[in-house]
This record gives sequence, C-alpha cells and structure tokens, in this order.
Amino acid sequence: MGRRVAIVGVGMTKFVRRAQETGQELAYHAAKMALDSCGLHLGQVDGVVLGSAPDSFDGVHMKGEYLSPGAGAWGKPYMRCFVGGATGVFSVINGWYYVASGLFDTCLVVCEEKMSSFQPHAQAAFLTIFDHTTERPLKPNLLWIFALEMNRYMSTYGLRKEDIALVAVKNKNNALDHPCAQIADKVTVEEILKSEVLAWPVQRLDVSPVSDGATAVVLANETVARRVTDKPVWIEGVGWALDTAYWTNRDLCYPRYVEEAARMAYKMAGVTDPRHQIHVAEPYDPFDYKELHHMEGLLLCGKGEAPQLTVDGVTRRDGELPVCPSGGLLGVGNPISAAGLMKVAELFWQLRGEAGKRQIARKAKRGIAQAWGDLMQVGAVVVVGI
Amino acid sequence: MALKERVERLTQTKAWYGELPVESLYTAGIAGERFFRTLKDNGEFSGTKCKCCGIVYVPGRIFCERCFAPLEEWLTVASYGTLESWTVVYVGLDGSRLAEPIIVGLIRLDGASTVLVHRLGEVTPDTLSIGMKFTAVLKPKTKREGAITDILYFKPV
Amino acid sequence: MNKEKKIEFPGTGLSDADFKEGRVLTTRWKVDARYTWDAGVAIGRYLEGIKKGVILGVRCYKCGRTMVPPRIFCEWCFRNIDEWVELKDTGTVNTFSLCYVTWDVKRIKEPQIPAVIEIDGASPGMGIMHLLGEVDPQKVHIGMRVKAVWRPAGEREGAITDILYWKPLEK
Repeated sequence: MGRRVAIVGVGMTKFVRRAQETGQELAYHAAKMALDSCGLHLGQVDGVVLGSAPDSFDGVHMKGEYLSPGAGAWGKPYMRCFVGGATGVFSVINGWYYVASGLFDTCLVVCEEKMSSFQPHAQAAFLTIFDHTTERPLKPNLLWIFALEMNRYMSTYGLRKEDIALVAVKNKNNALDHPCAQIADKVTVEEILKSEVLAWPVQRLDVSPVSDGATAVVLANETVARRVTDKPVWIEGVGWALDTAYWTNRDLCYPRYVEEAARMAYKMAGVTDPRHQIHVAEPYDPFDYKELHHMEGLLLCGKGEAPQLTVDGVTRRDGELPVCPSGGLLGVGNPISAAGLMKVAELFWQLRGEAGKRQIARKAKRGIAQAWGDLMQVGAVVVVGI
Repeated sequence: MALKERVERLTQTKAWYGELPVESLYTAGIAGERFFRTLKDNGEFSGTKCKCCGIVYVPGRIFCERCFAPLEEWLTVASYGTLESWTVVYVGLDGSRLAEPIIVGLIRLDGASTVLVHRLGEVTPDTLSIGMKFTAVLKPKTKREGAITDILYFKPV
Repeated sequence: MNKEKKIEFPGTGLSDADFKEGRVLTTRWKVDARYTWDAGVAIGRYLEGIKKGVILGVRCYKCGRTMVPPRIFCEWCFRNIDEWVELKDTGTVNTFSLCYVTWDVKRIKEPQIPAVIEIDGASPGMGIMHLLGEVDPQKVHIGMRVKAVWRPAGEREGAITDILYWKPLEK
C-alpha cells in the first residue's frame, strides 16, 4: 500500500474560547512547534496540507490562501482539504497520500480554526449547511440534527441518558491533565442531567464548546523518519467514506459510513479483530453520545453496546480500551479541524509514552483516530501504530 | 453593467431568496496589535526584520513566512515610500458607477521589503507614474482607533 | 516512564472584558451575502406540488426506492429517476427533538419540535425534516402517526413552509 509513512512530530496551541492570535499566527505556532519537535526546518518540508472548516467561521473567504504563510506553504505545493468536522483526520489522510505515493518525502499537515470571529455565535454559521430551499425556511439549527440523531440512537437501543452522560464526565475529567484544554472540569452525571436543555435530548453539558486553536503534524517517509526520530508512529491504515447527503433518508441510529471507513483502514492495517488489536481510541466526540456512536461504527463493540463499556469503566484511562484519553472535544475543546488533528497528536504522544499525566495505564502499540463531519455523513479514520 | 444584473424573472416556486448571516469580529493578532498601536499612538509604521532572510515585513509579523523563524526584532520604517503600481477604480462593490473614482496604489515604504495597499489622494490619475514618492496622510491622533483606516491616504511628496 | 516534555503551548486566551473594554484591537465586518438559490428541476416541481397541497416523490425502478425529497437522479444507482408519484400527506415520526434554542442561539420557552417524518407512500426510512405542532411536547414519540397541516390554499407560495407543521393523526 505505497511507501510507509510515519508521524514524526506534532505541535498544537492551547484551545481557547477567543484567541488574540490571528488564524495565521495560530497556524504558525502549531506548525513551528511540530517542526521543532522533530528537528526539521521548513526547507526540509516537501509539501503542505491544510485542513480548515467553513470559511465563515474565521470570516475569511479562501481561508486556505489566507492561512498559507502560517502553515509554512510559501513556495511549496500546498493543498487545502475540507470535509466539515472530519477535516482534522482527513487532512492526515491527504498528507499520507502524498508521502505514501512517493511524491513527497515529508509533508506538513496543519489544521486551524478561529470560530470566535463569527458573531454573535458560531452556531448561526451552521444554518447554511441545510438545504436552502427545503430545510432552511424552517430555521433549523445545528443542534437539531444532533438531537434528532441522539434520540434515534437512544430509542433504537433503549439507552439511558445517565449512561451517555458518563462520556462527558470522563472526557472533561481527562482534559484536566491536558495543558491545552479549554473546558476541563470535574462534573458529575447529575450536573449534566440538570444542565440546561438545549434540544432534548441534548443538554448544555453534553456539548463541546466553540474554540480557537491550531494543531500540526509532520509526516515523513521511512528514510526521513528513521533519521529524525527513534520512535516513529506509523500510519498503518487510512479510510474514509460518506453516506448520502439526503440525511433524512437514512437511519441515524448507526453511522454506517464510519464502519465503511474503519473497514478500509483496518484492511490496510491488517487489523482483523479491532476489539483486541486496537489499544487506544480517539473517536470524534463533539457530543457525548457521538463518542459511543463512533465506537460502534469503528467496530470496537457491538451496536448499542458502547454505553455499557463506559459504565463498566473499560474506556477510562486505566481501562482495557481507553477512549479519548486526551479529554476529547468535550474537554480539550472543539476548534473543528484542529480538534480532529489533536486526536492524532494524542495517539502520537500515547503510543510514544509521552502523554505525561494523561498516559494510559495499559501498554499500547496501536491506536485509532476518527472524525466525522459534513451533514452527519462523513467518516475519516486513521490507524497508527509503533 | 454585468455585475449589477440580477435574475429577476424567477417565479417564487423556482427560486429561494436568502442571506448568509455572516458577521465577523477579527482580532488584530499579536503582531497586528503592535503595528496598529504604534500607528495609533505614535503615527509610525513598524515592522519586523528576519535576520536569516533579511526581509523587513511591514506590517510586522511574528514569523517569517519564508524560513519560519520567529520574529522578535521590531523596527520603525519611514512613513513615505515608492509607488510600485496603481489603478483607478470606477465601480463599487455592487457594480454601480462611483461618483468619484478611487485611486488605489501599492506603496513600498522606505526601509520595508513588502508593499502596502492603500488609497492615493491629492493626486490625479494623469499625473501618476510608478516610482513616484508618496507619503502617508494620517487621521489626527485623537481620531485614530488602531485600524488601517487611520491612514486616510498616501499623497505625493 | 512518562517523559512529558516540558513544552509551553502557545495561544493567548481573551475574555469578554478584553473586547468590551477595548484592551485588544478588533475589526468588525458584516458580509453582504444575498443569494437567489435556484430551486432546481426536482425541488422546483416538488414545491409546485406543495403549492397544490400534494407531496411528490420520485421512483427508481432499478433499486425500487420511492424517494422524498425528490431528485432527478437516483444517487444509489446513478441513473435518471423513472417516475414521479404522489405521496400522502401523512407519515410517521422517525425521530424528533424538543428544541429550546433558535438558530441564532436565542432561548425560547415553548420548544420547537423538529422531526424527521417518514412520508406515507415513500419507501421505509424516506423522511423529510419538518416541525410538529398541536401536540403536547411530552407526548411526542418515535413512531407517532402525523398529518400535515397546510397553509390555506390561497396563501401558499410554493415553499416548504406551505406545510405549517405536522400534527398527530387522530385515532
């Protein structure tokens, strides 16, 4: 499957509600840190991939062009990719492709989001993701589709809100140990169940925040990787898939597109039994139920079984299958594309044993990161290992 | 006026009208904060120099886009410079004819490697030529708010 | 064993007060983005139907699906659709939410009830997004049978909002 590709360096900014830095400056900080972390300089980067979500968040049309100096793209082949919330993981797949194909020896992947620019609240930007003729006149908001999906998921499998809320408890608590975290907190299930109802069954504390931030990773082929680090984290498999954009025509209880993406990545990685061969997972968790939904799509458990694993503590950092040890979007924050790439960065630190207080208890040689996006229909998956 | 033409004959059932309600609040950023504060408070143009590449960025930046070095050395450049290019704009954003054409130029301030885009004033198009010297006309200090519009325009020296 | 490198992560967080009290320089800009979106061939016809009080769907003979909202092609079989069909204005709630927040994050007391409604006459699982009304929010449930409440014929404008909402089908 092409040449071997390793992640050799990572960098990220703090995730904050409002950053003083411009988007360019955020991108620079993350990219520079990623290069410094593996001792490479910009001249050694063959190409740059940028991931960033809708232009309307930053309020900069052609955001790729605007961010390019901070992403290290001056005078280089430069590609922007965008698949909504799945962008962060999809950008790594893009970078992987360029190195695996032999086109580049090294590739810098940078993801940036500055959602605070949008006034008065980034939520309103999502209005325009709905069909302009058949849906927008109903004045929908983004919470609707999450709430509709969550309700369908809960009803299909008979799940309880208090079990789902445990995901938010776990992730916000995990984030207490993340130096970049925006809304790390010790919360209880009771507090979550008592928090403001936004769109039932979605409540305030079920949701990740809007954030500013950037993340970057450096990809390299085997020759460069062996030269710059003694602990390359290999990209073993990649996969992505999407379902129909007619989102009201499919059953929202199960993310089939995530399963398809996962199967593609597992096949490439030689993973035949994900429940045992995946040691740590960073599924996309913009809402607490989404982590569970995605664990099921990733075949880490059966349909409707993920809440029980959470109740049993299996997904805690000291559990058998740690899930979102970073703190996830629910705890670290959700600067869309940068949050997805943060998950890949977390696996890099976890597999190298460099996650500090967040280090998972079990020995881990292989992990999976997944992000989800567009109108609930895109799955992007990366399997990494040492 | 091609730009102004709108599709008018659509029936209600065939089209849907709407707006994208996008409003943005941008921070000046770390470098921008310093550049615009200096402009506002001192009426000066400040930049950063990359020691590796020798480029002087005006407005200053926190990094060199060519070599990725962090830039920490700030300096002040002249408030006058050379006209590198110019154009006369006769139509507004919506395609309508402007009552008064606007002259827009690229100015390379003395001491800067990069150029600024801004309006030209106190000058007529027929007298313009590339290479002319222009100097900044700023708002009075009390009216300045730390924005690019604190510069009213550039006028010939 | 855990070698956490002591890295200072960059990024400068600002508070609301930093903005309100002018401690940082900002620029505000409102994009003037007005659009005329073409309804398109399929949705144009769908809206014409709605203006007449009829919900139209399309059928693909290859996969046998009857789809709504209508489209000119079947995205599964990637071929033209074969037939336009009239669907019923009744359906089944596939999923719903009780939403206390408007699209621009304003709080509301009485919830809006967005739902995916599977339309009778379309294939199972074929739904549209719309709103429920004339119903106690606490009594809404998945599987509930509902019927469209139409705007009076003379006031319809060929828009999805010509259906005001969907109410429970009386038993």
